[in-house]
Amino acid sequence: MKEIREVASALLSGGQVDWVLGYEEDAKGLVKPAFITDPAQAARLIFDPRCVHNLAVYLLPGRRHVRALGRGALVVKACDARAVAGLLREHQLQRDELVLIGVRCGGVRQDPGPDAVLNEESVAARCALCPERTPQRVDHLVGPELPPPPAGNRDLLREIAELEALTSEARFAFWSKHFSRCVRCHACRQVCPLCNCTRCIADKSQPQFIEAAPHLRGNLAWNITRALHLAGRCVGCGECERACPVDIPLALINAKLSHFMHERYAHEASEDPEQPSPIGDFRSDDDQEFIR
Amino acid sequence: MSQESHPTTPEGAPHPEPFQPKIVAFVCNWCTYAGADLAGTSRLKMAANTRLIRLPCTGRIDPLFITKAFEQGADGVIVSGCHPADCHYATGNLHARRRFAVYRELMAFLGIDLRRLVFSWVSASEGRKWADLVNETVRELNALGPRNAYPAVDREGDQ
Repeated sequence: MKEIREVASALLSGGQVDWVLGYEEDAKGLVKPAFITDPAQAARLIFDPRCVHNLAVYLLPGRRHVRALGRGALVVKACDARAVAGLLREHQLQRDELVLIGVRCGGVRQDPGPDAVLNEESVAARCALCPERTPQRVDHLVGPELPPPPAGNRDLLREIAELEALTSEARFAFWSKHFSRCVRCHACRQVCPLCNCTRCIADKSQPQFIEAAPHLRGNLAWNITRALHLAGRCVGCGECERACPVDIPLALINAKLSHFMHERYAHEASEDPEQPSPIGDFRSDDDQEFIR
Repeated sequence: MSQESHPTTPEGAPHPEPFQPKIVAFVCNWCTYAGADLAGTSRLKMAANTRLIRLPCTGRIDPLFITKAFEQGADGVIVSGCHPADCHYATGNLHARRRFAVYRELMAFLGIDLRRLVFSWVSASEGRKWADLVNETVRELNALGPRNAYPAVDREGDQ
């Protein structure tokens, strides 16, 4: 915690950056993103298991108010660093526009508060699937080495296996039940650092591919499309599911497709921006068992 | 497959017409469309259940098209284009192959029976293969019966 403040303060007072984006605690004990522009304010920055947010979403080119603030530094966990790599890979960002302050992570909570306790109840399900808890390729690495997070009550891979054991009718019923609750607020899209099309297909009305009304028909088309556009790009930060006001288990779909990408194309969302995304790339000997 | 192949109306009364699956076929202009044309000019017998949609390349087929076809009541979808290394645009079908692999996986996970989603490579000279593919798909869909889930989606929320 002290280290983050020191680094942030030094970067700001040295004039290397105009702003630092990190985490702060509000009066209710909830953690929220904090923009720091004054070195004297750097003492507000904290890092603990409540820091669940993926701040890479603030770097999207569409966020012109952030770009207008000038050159910035970002506090990143390993999952956030993978999202930044995703943006670099897709040329949404230049690496030298940005200073990355990496923090060693010991797992985060499902929710950003009210306390920082990390146990099997509170730990985020995604942390069990995390391939690397120490961010690589950052400019400053801070924080102590932390033990791995406790195993949570929710096991995404087990839930996926249970779903896959059902008949396809039962699976369709399961997902219909969840998607019929979708209110099409598109919070899953807004919070996702990799859902960054300048104009989303869901917002197009001529022709309208995805019905805008919160009806199961359009909801299915939207959720299928969202999942597909993130296949092989999703870093598993779990923000979409956290942002969902009706608790659709989006992490299951994302984890399922990430797992498939790993199994089929040996792809892992990594912090290497040079590694191509599996969609938009191909090999001439790709599996085509399913094609008659 | 001993499933009832005659659809029922929402009230459960038997439908007067025997079930004819609606199949949407997304085909590429250069290979499969020409192949289907060859099947026609060769006067091969084939089921008339497919509605062909001709696109420049399989790489042009956004998986959303397939979603949309199911949404609009297709019982099955065929996607077909040039064999690998045969693509008019060199690599369109190779890009498409990965996309379809993922799409297929996602649809299976969301509960779409994969027998309703057929991918194939049919070249311009494979009229016979196209006719067989259509006939076989119709046979399978006949055995599977109508796809009721999406029509049910249509009715959901209606009073």
